[in-house]
Amino acid sequence: MVSFITNLINGLSLGSIYAIIAIGYTMVYGIAKMLNFAHGDIIMVGGYLAFTIITTLGLPVGLGILVAVVGCLGLGVAIEKIAYKPLRNAGSPLAVLITAIGVSYFLENMALLIFGSDPRIFTSVVPFSTVKIGPFTIPGTTIISIVVSLLLVFFLQMFVNKTKPGQAMLAVAQDRDAASLMGISVNGTISLTFAIGSAMAGIAGVLLCSAYPTLSPYTGAMPGIKAFVAAVFGGIGSIPGAMIGGLLLGVIEILGRTYISSQLSDAIVFSVLIIVLLVKPTGLMGKVTQEKV
Amino acid sequence: MKNSKLTKQSKDNLGTIAMVVIIYIIVQICSAAGLVNSHLAGLLVPLCVYATMAVALNLVVGILGELSLGHAGFMCVGAFSAAFFSVAHADTMNTFPRFIIAILIGGLIAGIFGFLIGIPVLRLNGDYLAIVTLAFGEIIKNIMNVLYIGMDEKGYHFSMKSANDLTMTENGKMIINGPQGITGTPYDATFTAGFIILLIAVIVVLNLINSRDGRAIMAIRDNRIAAESVGIPVTRYKMLAFTMSAVISGCAGALYAHNLASLIATPARFGYNMSILFLVFVVLGGIGSTRGAIIASIILTLIPEVLRFIGDFRLLIYSIVMIVMMIVNWNPKSRAFIEAHNPFKKKEKEVK
Repeated sequence: MVSFITNLINGLSLGSIYAIIAIGYTMVYGIAKMLNFAHGDIIMVGGYLAFTIITTLGLPVGLGILVAVVGCLGLGVAIEKIAYKPLRNAGSPLAVLITAIGVSYFLENMALLIFGSDPRIFTSVVPFSTVKIGPFTIPGTTIISIVVSLLLVFFLQMFVNKTKPGQAMLAVAQDRDAASLMGISVNGTISLTFAIGSAMAGIAGVLLCSAYPTLSPYTGAMPGIKAFVAAVFGGIGSIPGAMIGGLLLGVIEILGRTYISSQLSDAIVFSVLIIVLLVKPTGLMGKVTQEKV
Repeated sequence: MKNSKLTKQSKDNLGTIAMVVIIYIIVQICSAAGLVNSHLAGLLVPLCVYATMAVALNLVVGILGELSLGHAGFMCVGAFSAAFFSVAHADTMNTFPRFIIAILIGGLIAGIFGFLIGIPVLRLNGDYLAIVTLAFGEIIKNIMNVLYIGMDEKGYHFSMKSANDLTMTENGKMIINGPQGITGTPYDATFTAGFIILLIAVIVVLNLINSRDGRAIMAIRDNRIAAESVGIPVTRYKMLAFTMSAVISGCAGALYAHNLASLIATPARFGYNMSILFLVFVVLGGIGSTRGAIIASIILTLIPEVLRFIGDFRLLIYSIVMIVMMIVNWNPKSRAFIEAHNPFKKKEKEVK
């Protein structure tokens, strides 16, 4: 029983990191209507930025986190401006998707050139290593990632529902043309979305590398794809959905790894995606949209 | 009135087939003249594999208009099933019939997988379809790493846990050994065999594209709702293109397996990065162009060998090429610019 609960907590820890990544995915997908394949690789960039500041240069941890978040924010906005914006009205979803894959490939290989393929050991940014509650020993990163993800969801929900830029995001997500007729800057809103999503990817990068300390150019790819699965699971476009989807997926992955097969854990996660898309394609909290001619 | 002249389309197709044959003849002449060093000769079979994969993926991406990121998975299925057959019958059959049957088995099993995966996948569109094919590709790779199959006089033994669970007799022979994969696949793949497979794939795909079925598939690509409204069974045609592409990928995988001493389902060989490499071939060759896909796969495989200094920058350049190609080809402004300044522009008849 104790080991089951420990696994459950580990699952929630992994799940909360997935949740932070998935929120970025779900916002970009909901508002820009595109699958930002490079999102996972922005996480990797965030990890490397924090690593460079903290370990290589020996500067304070806080500065490392700040640089990771701001760097990812800038990177996300730059990617959007350079690669995605020219294709926004191209009318070919395939072209946008292939460009996103190209950007992902670009970031991975750029990191490969700069940092090499040898994995780096990331020192955790969490100052305390474990906390003992009754019979359970909970790693510090677990507590921090769960708390951070909950706070982020809370503030994002407030931001989207209570502020003007947040309302503009909802409007653009619903109908881009109508929103622009209402005087909302569609380009600005999409840039803002990318900025928020990418900054969250930066946070996720630091947390992911603190929890799983090996950092390589491919660190972000798999968590990125899994977070997309989480976003679909929770219902694409919904922030609370992404949170719940992420947590559930993390728990499923860890429990699957422990009780079914450690080698099949990726296969289990992807089966979840396939089952969700077959049974309830809108996810747990997604809205049904009708296809119009 | 009977029109004995070939249509433009047929000429184009013959040109593509002729190109493949001419490349084969040139390579054969070069190797006879001793111009092909051993390193380059070792690339010839992978070259055929990549070109065949590019043709297969082009059928899905260019003709069907859906993005598949799981084609390395089909290649993996084809490779393992063909290598399995070859190893199991290594001592009991002659090389030639064994190799042909192995290729056919690779194609058949991959086709069955393509069909089964297609049932759920092809109900989706666009981004979802891409990510689900990626998921299936990863699942296939994952399963291959935990699969243990052995053979003894009682028949085949199968397990997904460990080699000891197979409970084979002493004479038992391990065929698929989990993460160690298949070892000892006979080296049956030759450049000529690869050429023949590529040629057959090209002929089959070009024939499909120019048939009634092919036109239906392209109609679905251009406007699914309109195609559906004129009575084209969308799912059936999507399935046809997808399964056929899987079959060709399986044959390519079978060829690939017979060129390797040990076949392991590593991410580098059958992971999604490989699927993206095939996508790069298709994109660089011009989406929808079979000939372009072949040329691009040949050029991109040979460039790093010929221009050594590119080495580390190869993949970075691929990614930039991919992004730039997409933006130049699809950005409304750059398209208008190309239209206006293209000296080779063919005069098109206006449709009224």
